[in-house]
Amino acid sequence: MATAHTTVDAAGLSWGPRALLRRLRTGDEIARLVTLVFALSTVLLTVVLVEQLWVNSALARHRFGLAFLWSRVWDPVFNQFGALPFVYGTLVTSALGLAIAVPLGLGAAIFLAELAPRRLSDNFTFLIDLLAAVPSVIYGLLGVFVLVPLMRTEIQPALKRTLGFIPLFQGPAYGIGLLTAGLVLAVMIVPFIISVSREVLLAVPRDQREAALALGATRWEATWKAVVPYARTGIMGSVFLALARALGETMAVTMVIGNNPRIAASLFAPGYSIASVLANEFSEATGNLYLSALIELGLVLFLLTFVLNGLARLLIVLTTSRGSGVAQA
Amino acid sequence: MKMRKVLWFALLATLAATPAWAQNINAAGATFPYPIYSKWFDEYHKLHPNVQINYQSIGSGGGIRQLLDKTVDFGASDGPMSDDQLKQAGFRVLHFPTVLGGAVPSYNLPGVTGELKFTPEALAGIFLGKVTKWNDPAIAGVNAGIKLPAEDIVVVHRSDGSGTTYIWTDYLSKVSDEWRTKVGKDTSVNWPVGLGGKGNEGVAGLVKQTPYAIGYVELIYAVQNSISYGLVKNASGDFVKASLAGVSAAAAGAATSMPDDFRVSITNAPGKAAYPISSFTWLLIPAQIQDAAKKAAIKDFLGWMMTSGQQLCEGLAYAKLPKEVIAKEQKAIALIQ
Repeated sequence: MATAHTTVDAAGLSWGPRALLRRLRTGDEIARLVTLVFALSTVLLTVVLVEQLWVNSALARHRFGLAFLWSRVWDPVFNQFGALPFVYGTLVTSALGLAIAVPLGLGAAIFLAELAPRRLSDNFTFLIDLLAAVPSVIYGLLGVFVLVPLMRTEIQPALKRTLGFIPLFQGPAYGIGLLTAGLVLAVMIVPFIISVSREVLLAVPRDQREAALALGATRWEATWKAVVPYARTGIMGSVFLALARALGETMAVTMVIGNNPRIAASLFAPGYSIASVLANEFSEATGNLYLSALIELGLVLFLLTFVLNGLARLLIVLTTSRGSGVAQA
Repeated sequence: MKMRKVLWFALLATLAATPAWAQNINAAGATFPYPIYSKWFDEYHKLHPNVQINYQSIGSGGGIRQLLDKTVDFGASDGPMSDDQLKQAGFRVLHFPTVLGGAVPSYNLPGVTGELKFTPEALAGIFLGKVTKWNDPAIAGVNAGIKLPAEDIVVVHRSDGSGTTYIWTDYLSKVSDEWRTKVGKDTSVNWPVGLGGKGNEGVAGLVKQTPYAIGYVELIYAVQNSISYGLVKNASGDFVKASLAGVSAAAAGAATSMPDDFRVSITNAPGKAAYPISSFTWLLIPAQIQDAAKKAAIKDFLGWMMTSGQQLCEGLAYAKLPKEVIAKEQKAIALIQ
């Protein structure tokens, strides 16, 4: 919508009073300032969030120090608090969710973007986007009433029979536990992966496919070797979006994870995630140290998200530099 | 123009309808008594249209915190405030018991009919993870005639902080030294064993779904949802099935030794009919209220709650206060200055 006489872009802004006046008159400067304020406000929000978490967790930080991160005891009665079981539960369930959702979501996205007829693809995508909008408590309820009994009576016994020699699949089958939480998370995050990955795949230029086909590649080879690598950054983005949701998911996980702050070798065992313990215990936490420890858990979750996102960015930088055909998506 | 006139008129009409002396009172706290509190505040508002009590059921912990921060006029809690908290308050806080609740052991034993009896030792053993099989002598010993399976017990507890957990662990602390020293009592504790379910519905759902599970739920929840539960042996050695009357009887049994500040635990109370896992829930009211109109309204509400208000309890399946406790509380209203 740029008018004819404003040709400067963000990179090539000309400064000086006259230029400023001109940009003010045309509205560009106003737009720039307003959007700048919006952008800064989100940064400010993050800063204030961290600051508040930091200040309000002071009591627990001073009492437990860094040992908070690897202590395994969570005892509100005797005021002993440690984050490790919650960090473990959060990481394990999120990893399980991703391990299931990434292949599933990526496969579905490839089908919808590359192989399916356009009309079918659009209708499917509409339904998948609907899935992403379902409130998490609904997933939790489905988990409790459908998945948990199924896990207890069918899936976990079957896993025990076939893979029972691995410690991951040993122990009593309660139905609820880390594995079930991971499965529910997988169902919840797969729409994000499909939806975003499909858009990214559709945005890959036709040339990319045609070049591969012209070289004699089959349709699958063109998709897998030319299109998917080109869209890699965007696909990674969809995975990180999904990971962020999995790390912070509260309600659905609380309902199926078993809520027990212990670290067990088995995936059948009940566990606990950071978001779940916050949801469970925050409202009834009366002691100051107890409350402070809960807030410190919030800080740990924030840091966890921060570190994982950082690693993700690093991964993108490392993989794209190895000639995947895309500089910046 | 016409539109604006209509709007002005509407605005004036609303202003006129609101009595100028309307007294808004804010309160927050426990979720367990929320249904009866909202009924009380509603009925009281009908009788006294100028008094509006807004209650937010944010949990006992939140209620105490907001009271200490003075963001509410009074709080509500399922557990009495600790000495530390009272000291921290900086002003005197009075406890007024309002209704009673209880926690009941609910279990799922496929193929077993008949109600199980539990001794305090058996309950403590199960929740400590020491009694692990259903046919353990600790359980089977008092359940002659019921064939108990040799299956592992699956323990289910509340995962969210709750007054029900407070009652349950308070009881276990009284009947088991090991529980008191290892686990203790609070709205959340470090459970030695078990799965956590969120809310009464979460625990009841898990117990119902999981064969050989045992958990505890709030008595009212069990009554309203027809969940079956076992009998518990009380302090005088009788096995009692929880009921509203049994809970009130526990309060009456404890009334004789009731301290003046009403901060008392009535678990394991004496009395043949007393159900041992019972507790009061309290309103937490500052002893000094500056605003005279507010003070008058709160005092009047308390008086009403102890007389007419109590009649509404059983309709909502809450246990009434025994008359011994009410007589003592009515005197305590005068302490609000």
